[in-house]
Amino acid sequence: MWGNLESFSDFFVTGDPMILGAQVSIALAIIAIVFVLTVFKKWGWLWREWLTTVDHKRVGIMYIIASILMLFRGGVDALLMRLQLAMPDSEFLHAEHYNQIFTTHGVIMILFMAMPLMFGLFNIAVPLQIGARDVAYPFLNALSFWLFFFGAMLFNVSFIIGGSPDAGWLAYPPLSELAHNPGVGQNFYIWGIQISGIGSLATGVNFVVTILKMRAPGMTLMKMPMFTWSVLSSCLTILFAFPILTVTMALLFLDRFLGAHFFTLDAGGNPMMYINLIWMWGHPEVYIVVLPAFGIFSEVVATFSRKKLFGYNSMVFAMISIAVMSFFTWAHHFFTMGSGADVNAFFAVTTMVIAIPTGVKIFNWLFTMFRGRIRFTTPMLWTIAFIPCFIVGGMTGVMLSVAPADFQFHNSYFLIAHFHQVLIGGVAFGYFAGLYYWWPKMFGFALNEHLGKWAFWLWNIGFYVCFMPQYVLGLDGMTRRLYTYDFDMGWGPLNLVSTIGGFLMGIGFLFQVWQIAYSIKVHKRDTTGDFWDGRTLEWSIPSPAPLYNFATDPQVKDVDDWWETKQKLARGEKLPPKPALAPIHMPKNSAIPFIMSVFWFGAGFGLVWDWLWMAIPSLIGVAVCMLARSFTYDDDYYIPVDEIKRTEEAAAALKGATT
Amino acid sequence: MREMKTTMRRKLTKYAAPLLIMLMMVMLSGCSTNMMVLDPKGPVGADQRDLIYITTILCAIVMVPVILLTAWIVWRYRDTKGNKAKYMPTWSHNTTAEVIWWGIPIVIIGIIAVFTVKYTYELEPSKPLESDKEPLVIEATSLDWKWLFTYPEQNIATVNYIHIPEDRPIEFHLTSDAPMNSFWVPQLGGQIYTMSGMSMKLNLQADEPGVYYGSGANFSGEHFADMRFEVTATSDAEFDKWVESIKAVPDALTLEGYEKLAEPASSPVLSFNSFPEGLYDKIVNKYVVDKPAHQHGE
Repeated sequence: MWGNLESFSDFFVTGDPMILGAQVSIALAIIAIVFVLTVFKKWGWLWREWLTTVDHKRVGIMYIIASILMLFRGGVDALLMRLQLAMPDSEFLHAEHYNQIFTTHGVIMILFMAMPLMFGLFNIAVPLQIGARDVAYPFLNALSFWLFFFGAMLFNVSFIIGGSPDAGWLAYPPLSELAHNPGVGQNFYIWGIQISGIGSLATGVNFVVTILKMRAPGMTLMKMPMFTWSVLSSCLTILFAFPILTVTMALLFLDRFLGAHFFTLDAGGNPMMYINLIWMWGHPEVYIVVLPAFGIFSEVVATFSRKKLFGYNSMVFAMISIAVMSFFTWAHHFFTMGSGADVNAFFAVTTMVIAIPTGVKIFNWLFTMFRGRIRFTTPMLWTIAFIPCFIVGGMTGVMLSVAPADFQFHNSYFLIAHFHQVLIGGVAFGYFAGLYYWWPKMFGFALNEHLGKWAFWLWNIGFYVCFMPQYVLGLDGMTRRLYTYDFDMGWGPLNLVSTIGGFLMGIGFLFQVWQIAYSIKVHKRDTTGDFWDGRTLEWSIPSPAPLYNFATDPQVKDVDDWWETKQKLARGEKLPPKPALAPIHMPKNSAIPFIMSVFWFGAGFGLVWDWLWMAIPSLIGVAVCMLARSFTYDDDYYIPVDEIKRTEEAAAALKGATT
Repeated sequence: MREMKTTMRRKLTKYAAPLLIMLMMVMLSGCSTNMMVLDPKGPVGADQRDLIYITTILCAIVMVPVILLTAWIVWRYRDTKGNKAKYMPTWSHNTTAEVIWWGIPIVIIGIIAVFTVKYTYELEPSKPLESDKEPLVIEATSLDWKWLFTYPEQNIATVNYIHIPEDRPIEFHLTSDAPMNSFWVPQLGGQIYTMSGMSMKLNLQADEPGVYYGSGANFSGEHFADMRFEVTATSDAEFDKWVESIKAVPDALTLEGYEKLAEPASSPVLSFNSFPEGLYDKIVNKYVVDKPAHQHGE
């Protein structure tokens, strides 16, 4: 029954003091959480209000909490690597441990940090921006979250059980095949990604439908807020890209589990096919995560320049063309595979062409600020810092796209510095801006700006100190994924500088945690619902938004409809009367998404260990959950008018009390 | 609130300016020190360095003014009492302006694209280098976790180091008998993957004698960091002398010896006075399942 387990230490990772420490602290944390929940009698609350919720606002908050935890894990991985590389000939980590750490760092940061943080912001903002009561498929939305969550947990469990994957974040075969990687780490990789990948794909479907079908009356496509446009282009990209990932992982699984030969060295397998496939997903994936960041910058820059976004049509066109072109650049990740000059020239040009719409977007943001009035709030600071950072990152991107020059950059620290510059400078800065921007809307209280500015400066200075030296190291021949290097190479001093920068960013993260904790304690209530003097519909309702979001459907006339409404009010114009309140149709909570994802976790864990006795019943459990859902007819209810009235009056009273 | 804004502004100028200067300094310092890629010792590396400079300059022509423009806009239009700069809250479209900033990147990218395509064909790694000398063939096989180099003309083999004659084209044939790796000698020129079941060509040349750093650039497992090798370029005469000295070493590489060498482990520097004929082709063909049709009949 336990098949491939010969001893206790095959199951639990033992013998490493650092991992032992993690095991102990995880156990203590679980005991503490259980203790607190029991003492304060919060189990029922947790179950009713969170684990079974289908409310997009709560799902969004859960995504964000999970992604911040993952940011911590991925960040600790990063700092361990930087510690190891700070000095030449360092013996802090051994090779195997280092290989695991850079693998989990990459997977976690992209798939279990950036993606869920992005989905969290989708959930928080999109329905509110388009005047909807929820997403199109609230049940599926909750299911997506729990699949992501349990997929991520399955992946993370490999740290203490079975051993982490160690073949790089994209797990190139044949290194990731059974012949070269017999442990279970790679199985955790496959199933962690597969299970959360189903969730990602479902979220993509959900938001495409939500945006296309659930906009408030009057909001034509070309009147949508720019963030909503960015979510639409990102989700359309998900629809086309994620199935490729699912198939690629499935083929790799067949190789490992059933002895197929899709990507093996022997029996006619072709590992290079995997590299093509994974990048056909992997390159669009980069744009999937960066497009919503572009959307956030567009919202923030207009709000805090007190000016309409410049070049709306250009912005939309640029975003859609980036989404389309992202599918035609994948081979630039392996110019050095020797596909010949024709192929390389084609992919070099398609890659650099993407710089054109991206450049246009930068100009449009700049000219939104031009002749505006810029307020240096934390969301705006991240946006301003993004611009030069992304310009330099874009420039090194164009340099990398020049195929013959890439022969010298590929696999070097130059490449590492480039993609961290666009992923931190673009994606992380963007999501931080979004998080700060929508925080008052999510929770109804403001974050402390002073601590936020400390975090901002630490992150920013830390970023340049960390990654600028890496460009130089790359040009000096230092390749990625080296766990150690000789003193003679002369790479020591710059690596030390880089490590210092990494720790500055780490301190920046601690400031953010402090900022959140401090702000929860002080709890500066946002009574207006329009904390930043915003422009789009989400700011027209109280913070946090009531369960039903909008008491009556908003009637949209303009881009930045809420801003225009405020202008009209200021001019003393009369607004059209609001329609009478009517009962609001809402989805009921459901335990099925949580339970079904637990079964998926069981199935994944069973398949990881080759334990069919565990995998098959779990998959049956998944099927039963689907059946149960199919025959659930009582899945909705109406919020009565009285209750809506009470909620709205309470919000109005709160507002009136302070103004 | 206003006080906070003023301190904020002071902070912004206090930090933003040094930050930008630091950024530029790092970028510039890159050009002055002897970084391998920017200090090439052969024609391929030199062309690639030129290409890197060309693209850097072309990009910088746009990027530097835009960064300065950003700083100016952010400063000029800050929200402060008595700021006399224009404020046009609804100005959000201007066709001429937008045509200009669609045009600028199109032109720059167009120029870079032309350079790129031209150089992509010129620097195609499998293309023989122009020279009046016959190229020297060296076959490189990446193993777990060492490099095997075989010299078919000289019938000698080395592990984790190579000697080459200067000023003569070297035709590297690259393959792998382990997870994919990448053959990279930065000062001679860019890298190409070593892949099992395939033989890739990479033409390089050293213009002056010296010892150059080479490494396996693509992660291939546990002790991948040990896959470094030195490339020593010498005069023809010294190269011939070196070949003679290797021919005089006691060990020959046998097929069994190769199997043992291919086992996953790091390896010290080794030399062999000979190797089994056709070893490299055997390694390449080891993973080929569908042999060409005519071979089936033989």
